[in-house]
Amino acid sequence: MTLEFLVASAIGILVAGGIYLALRGRTFQVVLGLTLFSYAVNLFLFAAGRLTLDRPPIWSKTVTEYADPLPQALVLTAIVITFGMTAFIVVLALRSFLETGSDQVDGDDAPCTLDEQAKADATPEPHT
Amino acid sequence: MAVPLMLYTLVILPFLAALLIAIGSSHGRALHSGLAAAGSALGLALILGIAGRVIGGDVLAVSVPWVPVIGLDFSLMIDPLGLMFAGLILGIGLLVVIFGHFYLASDEATGRFFASLMLFQGAMLGIVLSGNVLLLLVFWELTSLSSFLLIGFWRDKAEARQGARMALAVTGGGGLVLIAGMVLLGTIAGSFDLMTILERGDIIQASPLYPVMLVLILIGCFTKSAQFPFHFWLPHAMAAPTPVSAYLHSATMVKAGVFLLARLWPVLSGTELYTVIVTSVGLITMLMGAWVALFKHDLKGILAYSTISQLGLLVMLLGFSLEMAAVAAVLHILNHAAFKAALFMSAGIVDHETGTRDIRRLGGLAKVMPITAIVATLAAAAMAGLPPLGGFISKEMMLDETLHVGLFGISWLVPVVATIAATLSVAYSLRLAVHLFFGKPREAEPHARAHDPGAGMWASPAFLVILAVLLGLVPMALAGPLVSSVAGAVIGNAAPPLGLALWHGVNVALGMSLAAVAIGALLLWRHAGLLRGYEAMRHLDAKALFDRTLGAADREVRKLIVATHSPSLQRMLFASFAVIVALVAEGALTGGGTLTGARAGQPASAVAIIAWGLLIAATIAVVRAQRQRFLVLIYISVIGLIITLAFVHFSAPDLALTQISVEVVTILLLLLALNLLPKTPPLLSSQPRRYRDALLAIGGGLGIGGAAWAMLTRNPNDPISSFHLANSYSGGGGTNVVNVTLVDFRAFDTLGEIIVLGIAGLAIFALLDTTSRGAAGARLRSWQEDMPHSPERHPLMFVMATRILLPLVLAVGIYIFLRGHNQPGGGFIAALVVAIAFLLQYLASGFDWTDARRRVGEHLLIASGVLVAMATGLGSLVFGANFLTSSFGYFQVPLVGEVELATALLFDIGVFAVVFGAVMQALAQLSQISQRAARAHAAQVEAQQQGSEP
Repeated sequence: MTLEFLVASAIGILVAGGIYLALRGRTFQVVLGLTLFSYAVNLFLFAAGRLTLDRPPIWSKTVTEYADPLPQALVLTAIVITFGMTAFIVVLALRSFLETGSDQVDGDDAPCTLDEQAKADATPEPHT
Repeated sequence: MAVPLMLYTLVILPFLAALLIAIGSSHGRALHSGLAAAGSALGLALILGIAGRVIGGDVLAVSVPWVPVIGLDFSLMIDPLGLMFAGLILGIGLLVVIFGHFYLASDEATGRFFASLMLFQGAMLGIVLSGNVLLLLVFWELTSLSSFLLIGFWRDKAEARQGARMALAVTGGGGLVLIAGMVLLGTIAGSFDLMTILERGDIIQASPLYPVMLVLILIGCFTKSAQFPFHFWLPHAMAAPTPVSAYLHSATMVKAGVFLLARLWPVLSGTELYTVIVTSVGLITMLMGAWVALFKHDLKGILAYSTISQLGLLVMLLGFSLEMAAVAAVLHILNHAAFKAALFMSAGIVDHETGTRDIRRLGGLAKVMPITAIVATLAAAAMAGLPPLGGFISKEMMLDETLHVGLFGISWLVPVVATIAATLSVAYSLRLAVHLFFGKPREAEPHARAHDPGAGMWASPAFLVILAVLLGLVPMALAGPLVSSVAGAVIGNAAPPLGLALWHGVNVALGMSLAAVAIGALLLWRHAGLLRGYEAMRHLDAKALFDRTLGAADREVRKLIVATHSPSLQRMLFASFAVIVALVAEGALTGGGTLTGARAGQPASAVAIIAWGLLIAATIAVVRAQRQRFLVLIYISVIGLIITLAFVHFSAPDLALTQISVEVVTILLLLLALNLLPKTPPLLSSQPRRYRDALLAIGGGLGIGGAAWAMLTRNPNDPISSFHLANSYSGGGGTNVVNVTLVDFRAFDTLGEIIVLGIAGLAIFALLDTTSRGAAGARLRSWQEDMPHSPERHPLMFVMATRILLPLVLAVGIYIFLRGHNQPGGGFIAALVVAIAFLLQYLASGFDWTDARRRVGEHLLIASGVLVAMATGLGSLVFGANFLTSSFGYFQVPLVGEVELATALLFDIGVFAVVFGAVMQALAQLSQISQRAARAHAAQVEAQQQGSEP
């Protein structure tokens, strides 16, 4: 088995898990799905620089071969941004749960048309 | 004053006045109208100062590039046509401001009124002074918007809101069509510069796109100038305060379409298509407006339809494509501005003093308000075209011109219809004066309270009526040179010789005019009978039609939205993923080539394979155990750890450090959120749905995994990274190429990213800070603890350990930060590490203890971080370098040795502050909510215990 195969298949598995979870009906699962998906995306971006062993991009007069620094720089900020996005979605999910009492992404009865939605919005929600 | 400065001042003055009025909106009416009057008067003085030069033939122009890529220049130009309109806009504007000062009660929102009025004045001036057609469009849209504000000024009245909306929909919609037409015009002419376009009439009329362009531009003009079938918005715009109507419908808003027709006359007119469309639309509008005006009862309604009719007259004259007709149009623009503004103001006075605008309740007012009666009667006589007033001359010229035009090959059509329309005009004008001021009062109450207003109110209309009279008595002296030179500007050549006079001898036009007056008077005499006939007829209600059209459009758009965008996240995500997977599959199947490339693989060690196996297992576990949420977090952290190890293995120490610290923070975040979310909710999706989703997920995994495989087995295609490696030390002064890339080569990216992160932090604050209110607050207060907790809230060992750890971690953080430029580390990683140390304090010692000891708020951190990063970037501008250029040097420090100082380090401080602030913001806020919930729960438990005790 080559390292390339391991990375590619890991990306594939993470994407599959991410898609499946993102399609679930509860907010927490969607967050998990996005987390898996972000891992995969970051790995994929990183892999664009190809896999290099033991040659970190720390410049030195004596070294001529390095790992590609550019994807690394991009992925580094991507990881931090991923955190920002995850945190935002988690908080959004929490707020919507507290606001509606439901943790389903489409609401409890998942209205399917705008008219029904408007009707549902118009009826005042009993305060618990 | 220099010409460029003068032109800019002219356009900017009204906007400046609007701004000042808006700022001083809490002050009194006198300040507002004073500022507005001062602005208008100053502009008028500027115009009068150059009037001689411009009429003499000078075209003053100035231009600076604005968006050169699309040919949009901020160019202003003043020629005789622009001069006349600017004079009308400012002159009538000044009179309207004076009138409005006395008309509006002092407790009305006069600040908003006069600010909107000045905004509108500026927009109108912009239209008539634009030297670039794209710039003209900008001002054109601005008139639609500001007239919306003016028409809807009394926003508590439904009819004002509806009228404003209708005007905006029609004129704004027409404006959009006009944009298309103007862009076509500019494309055909090869320039958006007005002067250039006007010289290329032949090229434009020869273009195959000419008919399309013409129709688009005409729709723009017709909607603005209330031409049939777009006229219906104008009567509804009468819901505006009367000064607004006097301004918009005499000299400005509705004249904008006429202005544009006149402006583009040299390039548009002369073709068969132009003549037929414009003449017939003008003719129909003139006839229809005059007919309806005869039977309206609301004074402003009569004036509204008479305006439509008079605009039709102007459009028709311009449609003749005859030079003398253009001269007549120019003269009538002046006449109409004078008498129509005066009439609107008179109607306003009558309304103001009698309390009604219904002509059926009024009558015989001449006895009680003689001044108003004289003013309004003279203005109405001018509108009727009676000698010796200005309206007579222009109407005479109009009738004379109709004799030269054959429409659809019928030579008598235009003269006959125009004479009928003129007859109706005589009738409605006379009716307005006679029914209002003469005869017996129809109702006692309005008559009893009526009296002439103060001079402030009648001064403006009186001044205008004097002008209207003089335009008839001494037309050549008053307007001869102006009309001649404006007509020349419209035609694009020298105007034909002009002989404005009341008496031209006995000719056909005089006969038509006499017939119009005679029959018009007859119609007035038999008005009651005609009215009964008119009311017996069925009429199309344009407003109902408009409402129905809007309603239908609304319904259809709704249907379309529901069909394409159902408000279900699950469905939308499924559709998005499915499309992406299909695209990947399509590309893979049709792209040709092989999946596996030629690059040699690297053998995997046993450790690597074991790690891979763990990752696969953990991913499967996450998916399978998704409902046992705490367990899932452990699996997730396994995945994160293995990815960290992968980064270590593949020579990316910076990434490994970032990933591991983000991992810690993310898990903490999810734990905190989970504390309040359901822990093991029941299954939601049906079995077929799960299979369907699994199928799509496997497809996606195969697609993306396959793409990764294809990429990894091929050699990169000449990457640009070699530049970064070569210049990192010599250009950026650091050996850690990743960090130098972040803070130097691609610092602009990083700046954007920290701003996004900061926004996310602030958004989280916004979402969580308000949770204590409303339904969320109620749920939070009734929250029940559903997890077993350690009886010891703050375990001593944990508390002590974290407190000892804090300074150590801080030291490590500073170390990581400082060495970042040369060794793995830097602002991002240091911020995450330090954030974890502080979060541990929250965990161990509780929110209150930690929060009380916090010196600097997260908002401040985020803001100052962004500012420091920006300031660093801007600092390089001071030294003449590009934004975010870094500079560095080596300094000898005693004892420490050689130390490198780079401006990039400052930038990294900004990064540090934002990342630290955003992370702390998210987690500290979340833990505060948890704390609040826990406290509420404790209080409940206590209350229950007390309640259960006897």
